[in-house]
Amino acid sequence: MGIVMDMKIKTEAAVKPPIMSAKNVDVSYGKKQAIDNVSLDIPENQITALIGPSGCGKSTFLRCFNRMNDTISTCKTTGEIRFAGQDIYDKKVDVVALRARIGMVFQKANPFPKSIFDNVAYGPRIHDLAENKDHLKDIVITSLKRAGLYDEVSDRLDESGTGLSGGQQQRLCIARAIAVDPQVILMDEPCSALDPIATAVIEDLMEQMKEKYTIVIVTHSMAQAARISQKTAFFHLGKLVEYGETDKIFTNPTDPRTQNYISGKIG
Amino acid sequence: MNTQHIVSSFNDDLNQIETLLLEMGGLVEQQLASATTALHREDRALAKQVLKGDKRINKLETKINENAVKILALRQPVAADLRNVVMTLKMASHLERIGDYTKNMARRTNTITKAEAFMGSIGTLVRMSELVQQMIKSALDAYNKRDADAAQDVRNTDEGVDQMHNTLFRELLTYMMEDVRNIAGCMHLLFIAKNIERMGDHVADIAQETIFLVTGEWPEGKRPKGDNTSKMIISLDDIQNEEE
Repeated sequence: MGIVMDMKIKTEAAVKPPIMSAKNVDVSYGKKQAIDNVSLDIPENQITALIGPSGCGKSTFLRCFNRMNDTISTCKTTGEIRFAGQDIYDKKVDVVALRARIGMVFQKANPFPKSIFDNVAYGPRIHDLAENKDHLKDIVITSLKRAGLYDEVSDRLDESGTGLSGGQQQRLCIARAIAVDPQVILMDEPCSALDPIATAVIEDLMEQMKEKYTIVIVTHSMAQAARISQKTAFFHLGKLVEYGETDKIFTNPTDPRTQNYISGKIG
Repeated sequence: MNTQHIVSSFNDDLNQIETLLLEMGGLVEQQLASATTALHREDRALAKQVLKGDKRINKLETKINENAVKILALRQPVAADLRNVVMTLKMASHLERIGDYTKNMARRTNTITKAEAFMGSIGTLVRMSELVQQMIKSALDAYNKRDADAAQDVRNTDEGVDQMHNTLFRELLTYMMEDVRNIAGCMHLLFIAKNIERMGDHVADIAQETIFLVTGEWPEGKRPKGDNTSKMIISLDDIQNEEE
């Protein structure tokens, strides 16, 4: 009997449910439809890349995952998006708490004009996550370490975050996002303003981070998507054209539109 | 897919390695035909030409290698483009090997002292070589037209080459057992037969790589093979039985 039970547990672990899933999602800005009936599952502890030409809706779609589009008055989202089984567009959902669970890192690093320490401590403070000052310090240091920045700034935590280099600022924003202990981190072209070395540091960091977090990244760099992600979704004109294993998408895509886009061809 | 890259020089680069490979393949086919004629007609001058011609094949391979590596480094091709570059690179090395075997055939032609006893085997060798030449031509056509079905046909044809090799192996062994004076000549012919059999395998690999290039998937299942020479035992009794 014991053996049978063990086996059952193993089977269940193998088919992990997706941490986030979108079903028949439509997004429009006023009359203009930006996302057209997209359904997509985001697997846990993996990196999922969203790719596609400018204006294809990939950033809009990314922003649906933590309701960032709510901040745009003309933007209307329909369909269903679930996070850990719960509908995030349900009226009962606390959006601020949701955004702590599903953090975001933007294209341009946007540290607050505060000290490095306060940048990272900001989230834990407003969400009341730290029991005392020591605990808060712990959270800040752990987050900076996880973001691969601590060694570079350990002796100047009280200096302004805006004085850091571009790559360091972006890692500071990552540290800020993970300080509130999210499960999912959304990244909207996090490396597009960085040089190849700073980009490599962030990519390496993402690889380590996926052990603990689920990452969804929008990127214009095909090579970056190929290097770091396990799943790739190709968007075109608001539609999800193809979604699958990154290896497959970059060696043998099914849809000719994907083939044309990733290999830089005129469709 | 006839769509063009936005960066047009990328198209030029891809077209160039493809053209070089076709040129290389044409040359290999021609070399094999000349080497076969040289063997058949004991034309030593032609055999010498074949020896010289191999340099051109090697040069083309070097050129393809250089260009392909440059494309990989500078263009970072993906999907069909990536398969195109990597497979073309592999095919070039197969063709280069076929060129080497051909050269070896030409070299042996100059040393073989023919005997009446095994003239029939030379006829079989010529037919075997013609079949491989046809395979090279069809494989290159399939590559050029991106035709996976035609490539599959080429893979299947290789079994015929293997069977001819079996026949030759048996025949030549028999001649050697019948008269020790035949041994030197037959040994050379046996090596040539083995070389042509290997060429068939290389062409079958080119065909397999064409299928991957076109479809993105390696053909399932093993291709038909018929080379049994590694298990062949022929005794004097067999020969005597056959004579009776």
